Amino acid sequence: MNLRLHVWRQRNAADSGRFVTYPAADISPDMSFLEMLDVVNEGLIARGEDPIAFDHDCREGICGTCGMMIDGQAHGPRRATTACQLHMRTFHDGDEITIEPWRADSFPVVKDLVVDRTAFDRIVAAGGFITAPTGSAPDGNAIPVPKTSADLAMDAAACIGCGACVAACPNASAMLFTAAKVSHLGLLPQGQPERYARVRRMVSQMDAEGFGTCTNHFECEAACPKSISVRFIARLNRDYLRAVLTGGGEPARVEGGAG
Amino acid sequence: MSATALPAPTGKEQTTHPAASFLASSIGRKVVMALTGLVLFGYVVVHMLGNLQIYLGPAALNAYAVKLREMPALLWGVRGLLLVSVVLHVWAAASLTRTNMDARAVGYRRRRNRESSYASRTMRWSGVILLLFIVYHLLHLTFGTVHPSFVDGDVYHNVVSGLQVGVAPLFYVVAMLALGLHMFHGVWSLMQTVGLSHPRYDRLRYAFAAFITAVVVIGNLSFPLAVMTGLLKEPASRKVAIHTAP
Amino acid sequence: MELRANVPDGPIEKKWDKHRFEMKLVNPANKRKHTIIVVGSGLAGASSAASLAELGYNVKCFCYQDSPRRAHSIAAQGGINAAKNYQNDGDSVFRLFYDTVKGGDYRSREANVYRLAQLSVNIIDQCVAQGVPFAREYGGMLANRSFGGAQVSRTFYARGQTGQQLLLGAYQALERQVGLGKVDMHSRHEMLDLVVVDGRARGIVTRDMVTGEVEPHVGDAVVLATGGYGNVFYLATYAKGANATAIWRAYKRGAAFANPCFTQIHPTCIPVTGEHQSKLTLMSESLRNDGRIWVPRKKGDTRPPPQIPDEERDYYLERQYPSFGNLVPRDVASRAAKRVCDEGRGVGPGGYGVYLDFADAIRRLGESVIGEKYGNLFEMYERITAENPYRVPMRIYPATHYTMGGLWVDYNLMSTIPGLHVIGEANFSDHGANRLGASALMQGLADGYFVVPYTLGHYLASTKLEPVGPDHAAFEEAEAAVAARVEKLLGVHGTRSVDSFHRELGKIMWEHCGMARNEGGLKSALGKIPDLREEFWRDVKVLGENEELNQSLEKAGRVADFLELGELVCLDALERRESCGGHFREEFQTPDGEARRDDERFSHVAAWEYAGEGRPPVRHVEPLGFEYVHPTQRSYK
Ligand SMILES: Cc1cc2nc3c(=O)[nH]c(=O)nc-3n(C[C@H](O)[C@H](O)[C@H](O)COP(=O)(O)OP(=O)(O)OC[C@H]3O[C@@H](n4cnc5c(N)ncnc54)[C@H](O)[C@@H]3O)c2cc1C
Ligand code: HEM
Ligand code: HEM
Ligand code: SF4
Ligand code: F3S
Ligand code: FES
Repeated sequence: MNLRLHVWRQRNAADSGRFVTYPAADISPDMSFLEMLDVVNEGLIARGEDPIAFDHDCREGICGTCGMMIDGQAHGPRRATTACQLHMRTFHDGDEITIEPWRADSFPVVKDLVVDRTAFDRIVAAGGFITAPTGSAPDGNAIPVPKTSADLAMDAAACIGCGACVAACPNASAMLFTAAKVSHLGLLPQGQPERYARVRRMVSQMDAEGFGTCTNHFECEAACPKSISVRFIARLNRDYLRAVLTGGGEPARVEGGAG
Repeated sequence: MSATALPAPTGKEQTTHPAASFLASSIGRKVVMALTGLVLFGYVVVHMLGNLQIYLGPAALNAYAVKLREMPALLWGVRGLLLVSVVLHVWAAASLTRTNMDARAVGYRRRRNRESSYASRTMRWSGVILLLFIVYHLLHLTFGTVHPSFVDGDVYHNVVSGLQVGVAPLFYVVAMLALGLHMFHGVWSLMQTVGLSHPRYDRLRYAFAAFITAVVVIGNLSFPLAVMTGLLKEPASRKVAIHTAP
Repeated sequence: MELRANVPDGPIEKKWDKHRFEMKLVNPANKRKHTIIVVGSGLAGASSAASLAELGYNVKCFCYQDSPRRAHSIAAQGGINAAKNYQNDGDSVFRLFYDTVKGGDYRSREANVYRLAQLSVNIIDQCVAQGVPFAREYGGMLANRSFGGAQVSRTFYARGQTGQQLLLGAYQALERQVGLGKVDMHSRHEMLDLVVVDGRARGIVTRDMVTGEVEPHVGDAVVLATGGYGNVFYLATYAKGANATAIWRAYKRGAAFANPCFTQIHPTCIPVTGEHQSKLTLMSESLRNDGRIWVPRKKGDTRPPPQIPDEERDYYLERQYPSFGNLVPRDVASRAAKRVCDEGRGVGPGGYGVYLDFADAIRRLGESVIGEKYGNLFEMYERITAENPYRVPMRIYPATHYTMGGLWVDYNLMSTIPGLHVIGEANFSDHGANRLGASALMQGLADGYFVVPYTLGHYLASTKLEPVGPDHAAFEEAEAAVAARVEKLLGVHGTRSVDSFHRELGKIMWEHCGMARNEGGLKSALGKIPDLREEFWRDVKVLGENEELNQSLEKAGRVADFLELGELVCLDALERRESCGGHFREEFQTPDGEARRDDERFSHVAAWEYAGEGRPPVRHVEPLGFEYVHPTQRSYK
């Protein structure tokens, strides 16, 4: 099939960027979206033009590296599908496709469709972990975890950190990503000691990164390649409120007493 | 691109008061919005139910107004709470809207929505309409400033005559539709914001929001419509006991 | 070059304990004076960087992705082995050790494998404590499954995302240290050279992939955890960015490269659909627990599978290996698939595929049970092929999946360059000539959490290191070399794209050095690869500049290295005149087509030493002894 692509081209962060239209000829429906871009790039290289830069690595929907707005939808029109797993059979001959990078001030454009998502790493660094230094662990079965908690934690842990939730959210909010990590760890018994400190720290880092706030549009869930549920956002709100109301996770006041 | 190292948590980083940092946080401001929204929403429901007495005739409605006035503590308590709520609600709305607009300076050329609703996307506008409505409404039916024939204490007359002429009833209708949109998204959004979510009851959230919105909007719409269609009329003789406020 | 394995003496089950006691410790106050460079943030890299930082060292960690969380370990689906014996089915450290040595076809070092089996137990504990959401039973205890030819249930898993969850656990521990300021994380940085000062590894040179800046990084020791080199085959289950550059540069700086020809072909991948294909997708091996593999009995039978009656189907694995059936090890299953396809009985477009059929299992267990077990895999298959595996059998074909070869390391995981430690898939791991399912994750984490933090401390405590700065001549030389190479790539201005060279190299490798190899083919590959390499440097087209994000340039550097490494892989395959594990030489097989080892002549590790530009590399040998697991011909009949 033959397509017309309107692709965002931007040399670097300083460049202002523009849309450029490219034809994509003889595309096989079995190709993935990224393979289609490979073909377009081979054509560009042959003509001596700079190929379109886009992030990708595993190409099997698990690393979370790829991501672009395809016709106004994060990762394209198929639900629960990353761009690398989107196949061209989803499109029709003659389609015009607009391809844009994730748009959020916290995800500055690096080049073309490549953005910088290190803000997510910093949110995790602020508290998205369980402190369990190597070697300090008790036997794996010493802490039974109810299957329902383990399963729900796994649902949340499935997040691949792709950033589609931010890209799709009308407010550019990172709530779904943050909620997924807070919930994954907060649902497990191992995660309890740091539960409230974690939620406070992660939320405050999320805010500091300049993401928007959640007004419950639920676009994030629809765009999420791993179908992370917005219920986790409610859970995040709940945990955050509980932390604030009970003083949970606040640094303990050191009482000066007779030593 | 290296992730800049965060300062190490020392256990002492919380220098601002917890309440202040809560109010500054995204979730904190949302919660303010939700709680004040809940107050406003509760008021709107009660207000609508109270106003239904208009169908019992002038005597009943005016008596109700008098009864309220006989309980100044309650009246002023409610007024205070409402005022604070509106102020905080608008502050939170403005502040969050700013944050959200700043979070994406450059938008998309193309966008397709999948899950968001018309109501959720227009909260800002329905909210602004409501704010304008409230100001107008107070000048109209509480202070009478913009009312053509305001009679202090004759609530029945004020409503019926106030909704008869010109653009006033139209504005009421528009505002009530905005209220419907605002409430429908607001009610279950509020539950999500304060963390009320459970797989078993999530469906109920929608049903509840839809039901309560429908009741309020239909109830409220009925007043201007009833006046416009002549269902509600001023009584032939206006010899109704007028109790002036003490 | 001397290959000293440094295996401690004493009985095998005491070696590691004894060694741990005998190793020197670094004074806690001195730890923060040491900077350690960790290249890679996969299971091995992230776990070691986090653990070293916890101990107090300053760590600089590098990865080429935009975030350490995206290392290719994330793609592992199946699970991770550990000798916990939670299922009470007779597992033990010794049994895991035994299975791994045997599974590796007796080409691994016993002492290392034993330690791996011992540490497997700690890994699970560590990961559970970090919050890895392993599958659980209703009672709340950890669940297990049997995997990849094991006869005990020792595989721990987290849905189909075990690698992801383990990696996130390590990544979170790493980010915690980043937050504490103990790890300086450099993502989108590619290591392009190793710096050796006075014979010791003292740093690396990287290129910032966004700005193009070439930067020196000085340290007291370097840990390479850069993963496998399977992308030398172009089509593989590896991430597109996976590369051999880091280990190849280290090889050229003096680290021996061991057993490069030991590459693993995974039997259950989705077959190639066309020329445009950029990578192959693995379907978890666990599918073989319930799926039955078959091809039509008749050649060129193109009937749709449901129309082929049972008696006209050849369930060839069940027929040839009655006791293991569809669960034979990977190399055996892969070769069998190749054989039936070469006979012309393959299915699907191009005839390179075999059926993996769930009809029986669905009949026996019901669609919902199968859906629960494999639902996400079925969905993934359907997404790629547009075929519904509940209705029609899946089509699968083998693909390159893992490289057992890698930089040679001693018992301390140190390469032949002092101070250069190599962990995870990047070393010539503990898997011999063939890796069993669910044991790469185990090895990466054992190396990273529990081995290198100790052995590296021992190195530092027992070595006197001179202070070195980035202005040292060795750094300047390496930086200049990197810059010159980048310039050279950009200066060719040829006509062919980088990908086209990579594809062509992949075809040569797959054809001559893939599932089956023979002298003629290998010799012809050894003729073609240098020609291709020469053409590459003459005619490659790399556009753009260095001072920007330049994905063609990145690829070009990696492909240039693969073009050299490919030759070494073929050379090693040619020299190893036996069949063992993943290395099947057609000249060395039993009458019924099974691999025939030659323990007399080849019970050793082959470690190659770089001898300089244009000179043939030197083959060294580390003999292997088997005291505990006596070599037998592997038989899965
Ligand atoms: C599809 C698939 C499924 C698998 N399933 C299983 C399974 O079920 N069980 C199992 O045990 N094993 C499995 N394996 C194997 C296992 O996942 C890998 O062997 C293992 O994860 C490798 O881990 P690693 O830490 O050594 O390397 P990787 O995870 O590959 O990490 C390499 C790191 O090095 C960095 N890097 C590489 N080159 C450079 C450079 N030049 N400069 C800077 N940084 C660099 C990368 O950025 C990355 O961070 C699977 C493998 C694949 C491909
Ligand atoms: C005074 C004028 C008002 C303005 C400017 C305003 C504005 C807003 C805005 C911008 C939001 C957030 C939108 C979003 O979640 O997407 C909001 C939420 C809300 N508003 Fe209003 N609003 C006003 C009046 C009211 C009234 C009268 C009610 C009661 C009926 C109300 C109830 C709510 C509720 C319940 C929410 C949801 C809170 C949440 O999501 O947590 N608002 N309002
Ligand atoms: C058509 C629908 C409505 C009618 C007929 C109506 C009628 C009235 C009347 C008659 C009064 C004056 C009562 C008195 O002075 O005793 C009043 C007051 C008020 N109304 Fe409404 N109202 C309507 C809708 C609303 C809505 C939607 C809101 C909120 C968004 C609202 C908010 C108020 C407020 C805040 C007051 C002042 C209360 C006070 O004096 O303390 N009204 N309304
Ligand atoms: S929550 Fe979903 S959309 Fe957001 S980063 Fe995670 S996987 Fe991507
Ligand atoms: S789309 Fe945005 S508004 Fe909230 S529910 Fe999702 S983060
Ligand atoms: S490239 Fe890994 S998820 Fe798409």
